[in-house]
Amino acid sequence: MSLLDMAIQAGIWALEILAITIPVALSVAYITYLERRVIGWMQIRKGCNRVGWAGLLQPIADGLKLFLKESIIPTHANKALFVAAPVLALLPALVAFAVIPFGETDLFGIWKSPHLMAIANLNIGILYVMAVGSLAIYGILLAGWASNSKYALIGAVRSTCQMVSYEVSMGFAIVCVLMLAGSMNLGDIVNAQAGGFWHWYIIPLFPMFLVYFISGCAETNRSPFDLPEGESEIVAGFFVEYSGMWFATFSLAEYAAMILISLMTSIMFMGGWHAPIPALDFIPGTLWLLGKTLFFIFLFIWFRATFPRYRYDQLMRLGWKVFLPCTLVWIAVLGIATYTPGLSTIIGFWQPWR
Amino acid sequence: MLESIFFYLFGGLATIGALLVVLSRNPMHSVMWLIFCFFNAAGLFFLLDAEFIGIITILIYVGAVMVLFIFVIIMLEVNVARMREGFLHHLPLGGMIAMLVFIEMASAGFSGVFSAEQMGTAVHLGQEVNNTAEIGKELYTHYLLGFELAAIILLAALVGSVVLTIRSRKDAKYQNIPAQIAVKKSDRLRKVRM
Repeated sequence: MSLLDMAIQAGIWALEILAITIPVALSVAYITYLERRVIGWMQIRKGCNRVGWAGLLQPIADGLKLFLKESIIPTHANKALFVAAPVLALLPALVAFAVIPFGETDLFGIWKSPHLMAIANLNIGILYVMAVGSLAIYGILLAGWASNSKYALIGAVRSTCQMVSYEVSMGFAIVCVLMLAGSMNLGDIVNAQAGGFWHWYIIPLFPMFLVYFISGCAETNRSPFDLPEGESEIVAGFFVEYSGMWFATFSLAEYAAMILISLMTSIMFMGGWHAPIPALDFIPGTLWLLGKTLFFIFLFIWFRATFPRYRYDQLMRLGWKVFLPCTLVWIAVLGIATYTPGLSTIIGFWQPWR
Repeated sequence: MLESIFFYLFGGLATIGALLVVLSRNPMHSVMWLIFCFFNAAGLFFLLDAEFIGIITILIYVGAVMVLFIFVIIMLEVNVARMREGFLHHLPLGGMIAMLVFIEMASAGFSGVFSAEQMGTAVHLGQEVNNTAEIGKELYTHYLLGFELAAIILLAALVGSVVLTIRSRKDAKYQNIPAQIAVKKSDRLRKVRM
């Protein structure tokens, strides 16, 4: 491979990365707008409607305001880690998008076989998403510790406990999906659900779908699991001391993680880019995937508008005493059903590897 | 060519990270350097096409074990001045151990076992060979007994840690959630005729 080829390859990769990160950043901005409007609608008020037509320029005005604010470092903060923490929070949320397949395309008939629309088509895509997702703790933990503030530290410790607990049940819910799909490649998982909504994994794995999505809420520290922020008890939790653009980076990370969880839920349980009925296949797959993702983002917002915050012991009870046994039982049920003569034909309907 | 460049990059960064773990004053910085070191170790696994082990390294060590490390360090108050007390007193013993380890490693390195002729170079297989599936087949056939033994040891450790830390206080007020859910309107509400 000559140097020129390598340069071209690197250029293509850079373009691919930009083609994913820029839409993610833009959609983060407009999800904040959507959230304010939807919550306003649910609480019978207007929401932001002053800047631009129907308030559509509000996210840009917010971004500009945050950009122009002064960034303050507390006197006794650990400077290096204080500055590194927002970056470490944002990085995993964006890096995980590298393996997400946004659909299949043959580039208008130029390629002979359909290719996956993902930066990297990894054999272990789902493990990669889990591994990278587990790194999101560091940003929060370091932010809390480096600020040298009691509220921030309490927020960070709460958040870590919560994320570590819910990651376990999330992982087991993913194991159930793997037992049906027989592959860790995200493209294969989606293609295992091809052919209409009765092939989707939400049907045999409905409890796991609930566990995954609710744990996803807890992982992203969204309401009703927003104890790390808990503004009524610990002001703003781990990012009390942050201001300006660094503060904005944390919310950017939170919303990017929210998009990621929604995308993963649609990919693993809702058939990814496949239409619910094969007759609707004329609509491009990417639109289906993004539509399903938007629905889950709406669910996140709906949760925030309706549920009161959990108490901390209730949160731990839900994670360890309800979700974990539930997932373990479901793994056993799936395993037994796969190798029991009568049941295996039923469960085999969702297992393309058999 | 590119592979060896990346090998030296990951290897070198891992060594630098490991050195900084020992040399940094602040234990929190040490933990961060250790995480950095694990990432480079995972990179070395990726170079060997062992993507499953590489990802598991990140998932287990960086995602879980190091978080617990940080958790412990946050709770500790580390006094650097007290840690450095008696440095000269312990130097002879520590220095001797360090020298021994260094001689061992150097003699192993120059013994010829790790020379370029002796080491087999890893052959890169195509993407159709699934690392994870191969590990699974090997683990559940050849090494089934060892695997199950490890599982039992882990289970024993799990039960042991629960037994060691469980404290049941009779005077503490716990919430009995099934009882709360089972409460009926008639249990709490009484109609009074006025």
